[in-house]
Amino acid sequence: MRTLGRLRRLKTTLVPEFHSCCKLQAPNTAGKQLPRIYVTRRIPPDGMKILSQSGLCNIEQWDSDEPVPRSELLEKVAGIRGLYCLLTEKIDAEVLDAAGPSLQVVSTMSVGYDHVSLEELKKRGIRLGYTPDVLTEAVAELTVALLLATSRRLLEAVDEAKNGGWGTWKPLWMCGYGLTDSTVGILGLGRIGAAVMARLKPFGVKRFLYADTGPRPDMATKIPAEFVPLEELARHSDFIVVCCALTPETQGICGNRLFSLMKDTAIFINTSRGGVVNQEDLYQALVNGQIAAAGLDVTEPEPLPTDHPLLKLKNCVILPHIASATVATRNAMAALAASNLLAGLQGKAMGKEVPL
Amino acid sequence: SAAAVIERRCRTFRVPVHRWLACATQDITIQQWDSDEPIPRSELLAGVAGKHGLLCLLSERIDKEVLDAAGSNLKIISTLSVGVDHLALEEIKKRGIRVGYTPDILTDATAELSVALLLAACRRLPESAEAVKNGGWTTWKPLWMCGYGLSDSTVGIIGLGRIGQAVARRLKPFGVKKFLYTGSRPKPESAVEFQADFVPLTKLAEESDFVVVTCSLTPDTKGMCDKDFFSRMKKTSVLINTSRGAVVNQEDLYQALVSGQIAAAGLDVTTPEPLPTDHPLLSLKNCVILPHIGSATYATRSAMSVLAANNLLAGLKGESMPNELQL
Repeated sequence: MRTLGRLRRLKTTLVPEFHSCCKLQAPNTAGKQLPRIYVTRRIPPDGMKILSQSGLCNIEQWDSDEPVPRSELLEKVAGIRGLYCLLTEKIDAEVLDAAGPSLQVVSTMSVGYDHVSLEELKKRGIRLGYTPDVLTEAVAELTVALLLATSRRLLEAVDEAKNGGWGTWKPLWMCGYGLTDSTVGILGLGRIGAAVMARLKPFGVKRFLYADTGPRPDMATKIPAEFVPLEELARHSDFIVVCCALTPETQGICGNRLFSLMKDTAIFINTSRGGVVNQEDLYQALVNGQIAAAGLDVTEPEPLPTDHPLLKLKNCVILPHIASATVATRNAMAALAASNLLAGLQGKAMGKEVPL
Repeated sequence: SAAAVIERRCRTFRVPVHRWLACATQDITIQQWDSDEPIPRSELLAGVAGKHGLLCLLSERIDKEVLDAAGSNLKIISTLSVGVDHLALEEIKKRGIRVGYTPDILTDATAELSVALLLAACRRLPESAEAVKNGGWTTWKPLWMCGYGLSDSTVGIIGLGRIGQAVARRLKPFGVKKFLYTGSRPKPESAVEFQADFVPLTKLAEESDFVVVTCSLTPDTKGMCDKDFFSRMKKTSVLINTSRGAVVNQEDLYQALVSGQIAAAGLDVTTPEPLPTDHPLLSLKNCVILPHIGSATYATRSAMSVLAANNLLAGLKGESMPNELQL
């Protein structure tokens, strides 16, 4: 009877569920089981191919476009050697405990890793792979797209064309702020910040400033940029572009103090992480005319609830975290994350590893 | 003393143009249609009678009828635009009337808007912003709302004039692999900066990932972007027009977009303007339409107003203009 019960349970786990698919591979010829990995989402084909054709692991996957439910994640990571995740999964002590001591590598399909507890990984000797560089161009491109859409009032204008607000050509209708002769301030001059700067240069920007934890001479060479305190960045910039990582130091750094120092003609752009901005303070700054307009590709939370006050403002453009969203880039990110994971499984050097 | 008509309310940064002109000289009488709305045709015809100068916008056709109504005093027409397709140049030349216009000063703002429109179309900004508002944004997904990037792309510029060059300059650091251009003749001095190749229109259509139209509207360019043109373009390509609406055949464009012949389009100019709100192009997710805001920055419109006013003044005094159109 007990055997029957066990067989029934075995059958239940082997029957494919609607959203998840169990891809178990046969043991290799030496009879040893391959290390198990868990993939937390359906991922672009270039990444899946690398994993499935590697012959280096047994793959279990939440084969859906929707995020894996927390309970499912906690259950499925038990005993795995490698975890392939997205920025939607919090990889904290709870998940790592559920995985157990077998886990040796986490690979995230993102350049941000604020969703991963570095301390907990380091404690357990687990390595972390991520995907910088391959997404720099797409993200910098979208950051500039968002800046221009905000400063030149594109979405407002698109609406006017649709709703009958477009009359004949008028000299001062729908005027925005141009980049020509402006001062641009970058908060966080990393790879993405530098790439944004390079794209803005030919628009006639007069001066580039940047604020960061320290001077970045390696980034500020090709295009001269001055390292200044955050307050000075706020005071002098016509455009502020936030490109820093989310850390305890940058959490909420863009708040009341920053907005109160900014010009009332200034444009604020954030494509880093929602947590860098105090959204209530931003809302106040926009309604009170403390700054001219804002463009966000990232919010807190994501998605932003559709009744959020920021969504009611004409001078606030909000995009649904699409900065790296080109097919080529997402495939490249998936492939890099897959390679990172496999390297981690084999104890080899990863393409891109976060130093812990 | 000379008399001038200003066809619409225009401002410099702080001051209405007619008052600005009055400060410059006491020698002119100015009559202005002091409204943000266009001057009715009958008012224009009555207003120009006997005037020496006219400062106009691109929204009024300055044709034989207007020139006849003005009479033989008229010696200067100053337009607040770089486009002159609204002026009957042959008639104007016949009568020895001079024309002032506003090139260069709006190049930056217009090129900037052209790039803004290109990026909005290829990275799907209006569509995705709408998803944020209507609940379509549920979570970060690897292949949701993916667009086309400029990295490693080929960009084809139709009309490598001031604005076309300024657009190319701005696109270069986005990783464009190749620039192509076409026009009435090669412009090697302008093309060398981008290592752009001069090609026939058909080749530009076939090889470009992004087609940017920045030529002037002439009998040769009218309806140039038509069925044949779109049939040659890549299915993944994006068309951007910030020149004049009539360069594009809108019915053919609509067909090309719904059939998937091209991926997306962005237009800052249409036929007519404004485009009727029930126009089929406005219903397409992959067509971004802006209400002709190419030069719409405060600094640029103010500078255009000053330049147009200075052109008018110089014309009235019989002096050389800052920017005179060679007829």
